[in-house]
Amino acid sequence: MPEMSEKKQTPSQTVGPFFSYGWTPQQYGYDHSDLVPGNLVKDGIQGEVITIQGIIYNGEGEEMKHAVVESWQADHAGKYTELVAKDKFSGFGRIGTGRGDDASYRIRTIKPGQVDEQQAPHITLTIFSRGLMHHAYTRLYFSDEVEANAKDPLLQSLPDDRRYTLIAQRMEGEDEVTYRFDIHMQGDGETVFLEF
Amino acid sequence: MKPFTPKDKDSHPTLIHPPYKSSNLRSPSKNSIIVPQTITELTGPQFDASALGELDNDLTRNGRKTGEPLGERLIVTGRVLEENGKPIPNTMVEVWQANAAGRYIDLDDQHEAPLDPNFLGAGRMITDKNGEYRFLTLRPGAYPWGNHYNAWRPSHIHFSVIGPNMMTRLVTQMYFDGDPLLKYDPIYQGPPDEARKRLVADFSLDDTEEGYALAYRWDIVIRGHKATPADA
Ligand SMILES: [Fe+3]
Repeated sequence: MPEMSEKKQTPSQTVGPFFSYGWTPQQYGYDHSDLVPGNLVKDGIQGEVITIQGIIYNGEGEEMKHAVVESWQADHAGKYTELVAKDKFSGFGRIGTGRGDDASYRIRTIKPGQVDEQQAPHITLTIFSRGLMHHAYTRLYFSDEVEANAKDPLLQSLPDDRRYTLIAQRMEGEDEVTYRFDIHMQGDGETVFLEF
Repeated sequence: MKPFTPKDKDSHPTLIHPPYKSSNLRSPSKNSIIVPQTITELTGPQFDASALGELDNDLTRNGRKTGEPLGERLIVTGRVLEENGKPIPNTMVEVWQANAAGRYIDLDDQHEAPLDPNFLGAGRMITDKNGEYRFLTLRPGAYPWGNHYNAWRPSHIHFSVIGPNMMTRLVTQMYFDGDPLLKYDPIYQGPPDEARKRLVADFSLDDTEEGYALAYRWDIVIRGHKATPADA
């Protein structure tokens, strides 16, 4: 059998400190256009509108400013829509943690459905920041999906004492529901990061 | 859906790379957990021409306010490929960089080099049917950063590639052949010896435009389809 791998992967490099103006210009007040917004909710969207909110902490428990989270998820029926178009839900979002002292990310979206028979509803989050030589993948699951989570093969394959790091906590607000999902890059409660 | 090749350990930097100081507290300290590829990973965002503005691939024009930006004009071009050598058409490539004096427009860039009112330093494009990308820009300047005594980043252009799915996501930096700062830069020095050379673009006389711009050529290789017995 011939060796198919004739090229080697280009090494990853950090996104660096100065990318917000290029990746999330609208959020940071620059006057050019975003590739994708952090608010995925469009008029007439089907499903439960939610906000995912969280802080990214470094190994000393400090909030990481200027980090960015990309999200990838299915729609309310569990279907992935790959083409990112301005007028319909695509499931790809990108949002920064901001420049201020209250650094946190907020993704306004809809709660995804189950994508197949086995997996509980989930959202993939990819984290980029200065100091990260390669982006970090994780998955967010929902605290109110107890039954589905108990059957999810990925969640159930994790060590018992780390599984909780992937469960976002549902908090009923005055109007819309928020799920809290903090990410710990290191230390006590280090979030489980994934490789596929 | 066919599985994809894994992240190649021999090509990428380790997550914590002590000479790059901010990696020590900001990168995961535990190993990633390897899990099966599912439809979630085998899908990913795709873009068409509606995601692009007219000047998005011309950084010499997309930030003009009063005139031309200052600097040495460059064409940067190359292909996005899978590991098996197959080109990746129709994929989103984003670029961002400092101006010719080594300054970003980012509000947090405190370097005292001048801003250029006519230079934005960010653009995007989609690869063509042969996997080719091409944009026009200015040679970025080196800039100092606080990592170690008189540390200066070599000239570089930041790249972000999306590729066919979630697993092919790549954020990297392109450097220029012959830059004396490469050997002192812990970010460039992060990947293993053989691998880091793949971050350096070659001067390409063939891609220059006479009397107008010099050119560099740089191919980007991302994870690809796993070879199956049926392909062999
Ligand atoms: Fe840079």
